[in-house]
Amino acid sequence: MSGFVINRLWQGAIVVLSVVVVVFVLTRLIGDPVRVMLPLEATAEQRAAFEQQLGLDRPILEQFVTYVRDVAVLDFGESLWQRRPVFEIIVERAPATLVLTFTAIGIAVALAVPLGVIAALRPEGLVDRVVVVISLLGLSIPQFWLGLLFIVLFSLTLGWLPTSGAGGLDHLVLPALTLALPAMTRLVMVVRSTMIDELNAQYVKVLRAKGMLPWRVIGVHALRNSAVPILTIAGWELIRIVSGYTVVVETVFAWPGLGLTAIQAIERQDLILLQAIVFVTAILVVVLNLILDIVYKVIDPRIEMSAK
Amino acid sequence: MSEPLLTVEGLEVEFLTRRGRVQAVRNVSFGLGPGQALGLVGESGCGKSVTSQAIMGLVQLPGRIVGGDVRWKGRSLIGPDAADYRREVCGRDIAMVFQDPMTSLDPLFAVGDQIAEVLVRHRGLSQAAARARAIELLDMVHISEPQKRVDQFPHEFSGGMRQRVLIAMALASEPELLIADEPTTALDVTVQASLLDLIAELQQRLSLAVLMITHDLGVVAKLCRDVAVMYAGEIVEDGPASRMLHTPSHPYTAGLVAATPTLALTRHRLETIDGQPPDLRLPRTQCSFRPRCANATEICSVAPDLLPLGDGKGRLACHNPVKTQARAAIASDAVHEAHTASFDAPLLSVNNLSVHYPIGRHGLFGRRDVLKAVDDVSFDIRPGETLGLVGESGSGKTTTGRAVLRAVPVTSGSIVFDGQEITVLGREPLRRLRRDMQIIFQDPYSSLNPRMTVQDIVAEPLIVHGLETEPGRLRDRVAHLLELVGLPADAAERHPHAFSGGQRQRVGIARALTLEPRFIIADEPVSALDVSIRAQVVNLMQDLQSQLGLTYLFIAHDLAVVRHIADRVAIMKSGKIIEIGPVEDIYSSPSQAYTRALLEAVPEIADNAYGVTGSNGAPSSLDAPVV
Repeated sequence: MSGFVINRLWQGAIVVLSVVVVVFVLTRLIGDPVRVMLPLEATAEQRAAFEQQLGLDRPILEQFVTYVRDVAVLDFGESLWQRRPVFEIIVERAPATLVLTFTAIGIAVALAVPLGVIAALRPEGLVDRVVVVISLLGLSIPQFWLGLLFIVLFSLTLGWLPTSGAGGLDHLVLPALTLALPAMTRLVMVVRSTMIDELNAQYVKVLRAKGMLPWRVIGVHALRNSAVPILTIAGWELIRIVSGYTVVVETVFAWPGLGLTAIQAIERQDLILLQAIVFVTAILVVVLNLILDIVYKVIDPRIEMSAK
Repeated sequence: MSEPLLTVEGLEVEFLTRRGRVQAVRNVSFGLGPGQALGLVGESGCGKSVTSQAIMGLVQLPGRIVGGDVRWKGRSLIGPDAADYRREVCGRDIAMVFQDPMTSLDPLFAVGDQIAEVLVRHRGLSQAAARARAIELLDMVHISEPQKRVDQFPHEFSGGMRQRVLIAMALASEPELLIADEPTTALDVTVQASLLDLIAELQQRLSLAVLMITHDLGVVAKLCRDVAVMYAGEIVEDGPASRMLHTPSHPYTAGLVAATPTLALTRHRLETIDGQPPDLRLPRTQCSFRPRCANATEICSVAPDLLPLGDGKGRLACHNPVKTQARAAIASDAVHEAHTASFDAPLLSVNNLSVHYPIGRHGLFGRRDVLKAVDDVSFDIRPGETLGLVGESGSGKTTTGRAVLRAVPVTSGSIVFDGQEITVLGREPLRRLRRDMQIIFQDPYSSLNPRMTVQDIVAEPLIVHGLETEPGRLRDRVAHLLELVGLPADAAERHPHAFSGGQRQRVGIARALTLEPRFIIADEPVSALDVSIRAQVVNLMQDLQSQLGLTYLFIAHDLAVVRHIADRVAIMKSGKIIEIGPVEDIYSSPSQAYTRALLEAVPEIADNAYGVTGSNGAPSSLDAPVV
């Protein structure tokens, strides 16, 4: 087990290192950062001073070494927009994004698993058909549009929930649902199809012949055997939410997380802040993948074999 | 018969398929008393497995039970109202062991937990007590170190060991009836023998009733006092094994008995039952066996009822029962001339052949571990001869065959075919060589491309080798080949799914013959086939050999079949040939303990556990062949 984790940690470290390199190269490739960040009317002296401040006048290799050294101690520099350390901003904004993300994936899994299992019990049955239709519908609605519809219905028409911003739990409901529903519709199809396969497996027949009660056959044996594909897709959805969908949904609902901050950083041409957000998101993805790998291993004793 | 535990009465099961309603089980009735062992025998598709699944309530859509009843101690197990009773009885009083041990265990749970859950469910044991009992049960089925093994997962067990675990699981709550659905079919012969011994031992110790579902009459002879033979969804004959296996009355039973290969005789033609079982979608108007029956007369156009025999020795559904002994035919049958006397130069000469595979390393630059799949193997095959290559799974017999074809890389050694060293051949000469060497595969289902017609499949080698492209001539050639292997001419236009397993194997043989090879490697060509079909294919291969002067390397794990076709036999174990010689010598006086163990493990009709056999090996020469 520990060997397995160490192995995966190494792989994670390699990915993080690659992210550092890619982020560094990208910021150098998109053009002169000084031109991007300073207003048009800046003088040549101002540009030179800014360049020196960012260390852009040094040789590229030296810049890279400095960059890696700073990142290693979580020093991402100072935000041009807010005039304070970038790390401070991230620490302040990240929890909101994490709360939103995990609430959303929690809702998605909590809905998708029971619905998918019930649908799988009778393929082509009534529940199954309804579930399939709903998930097709869910798949075809763009997320920002779904968010806007929710605001119109629940906030403006019914007045049940706030339109935007952060605060109590009531603020969390609409953005979380907006993120959860499309993920749920994709997830439910995976739960359904893997459960149909598992319920037709020979070991399920053996369990039935053993006189096991249906809840145990379905809920313990078949579901656990379906867990790896379900978790793979759930993890993928989680990563998509963290690394992309939050940008859209946080903007629609003015939710003060990293996604909204990223948009604001772009609007204010704060490359340093944006770079740090990209980096932190990448780390988050690596960590989530690592956790998933360990969970797979706990579920399926055979995985150790293939990891060698 | 003692008062039945289990009563099956007028059971009817059908499957709704896209192409019609298949009546898989038709009006099946039988009873099973305490401690009784009944063998339910028949070819694949005869409804024997479906019957057992109906008893356990395992028939699922698109299948459904449309008539009859199954009662356990007088109470029905059928229908939604009986669901609770069924779940109580199944696993507690009736337990089942299935054919495929590799997929029958939940891969994610320790074997001990899977045994323990039966005890928790049916005997109300605590987790700790159930675990302790699971260890005892593993010990009972002779799994060593049960304390350690109890916490291991299914993938850490071999097939035979898994089947032992499944038997332990089935016996956990001390059932009164064990249903075993082909429990040893997927396993090696020695493993099969030890499992059959185990079941026989447990049966006596626990006075267990056993319903053994199998196509292998040898298995039945070893374990069952009574036999019921199913054909086309019906029981056609039943009765005590002593009568059924030696003086069967139904022509089908007689055919099955005669088609079962035996170790006692060499190179005689196997009896076959020609033709195919009927299409179960069609309504039954005549006797189902009539089209394949030698005894059929006008009266057979009316389906016979299953009626008790006068002497109380079972039941029979036949208008014109067989009067003679089934095995009588064998003695008078022409024995093939063995080819071992031939002093011709060998067609194939394999010397010190080794095939090694790397299987991982110790550390990044450490020593490589090597699997010696084939280890220093030497043998010769003379023209027109058949060498049987026998071994258990993992013995290297298939790899040897592939190496001769140069389909796997050869590590060392030489292979001389027709005077030519072939291990050094380049691409082009190798291609030409393969015209002379062809292979017949084990699985007739996956070795034919389902999207190609038989015409395209059989003609493909000619096209690949650029020998013939003209459509008319290709068609003629294929038609000739199909005739040679005994398939109808209209087979050419059809796809593989239209054929049964035996017919598909004929297509496979036709494809192997397309290039007019001199040498054919047959890799377990009949092990996936039913016993009567097996006999047909073996006979076909013998006919083709004498017609076309073919030379065979016949790879098999079934010693009985090899005895019927081979001139010489080589026994392989762990990559080495441990014994090689003429069939008579090896079978009558094997020099190696392993060969003896293999021979003893073959379940044979004559080797009856209860000594119910009447005539052991001394067939009467009274009458003409019966089938």
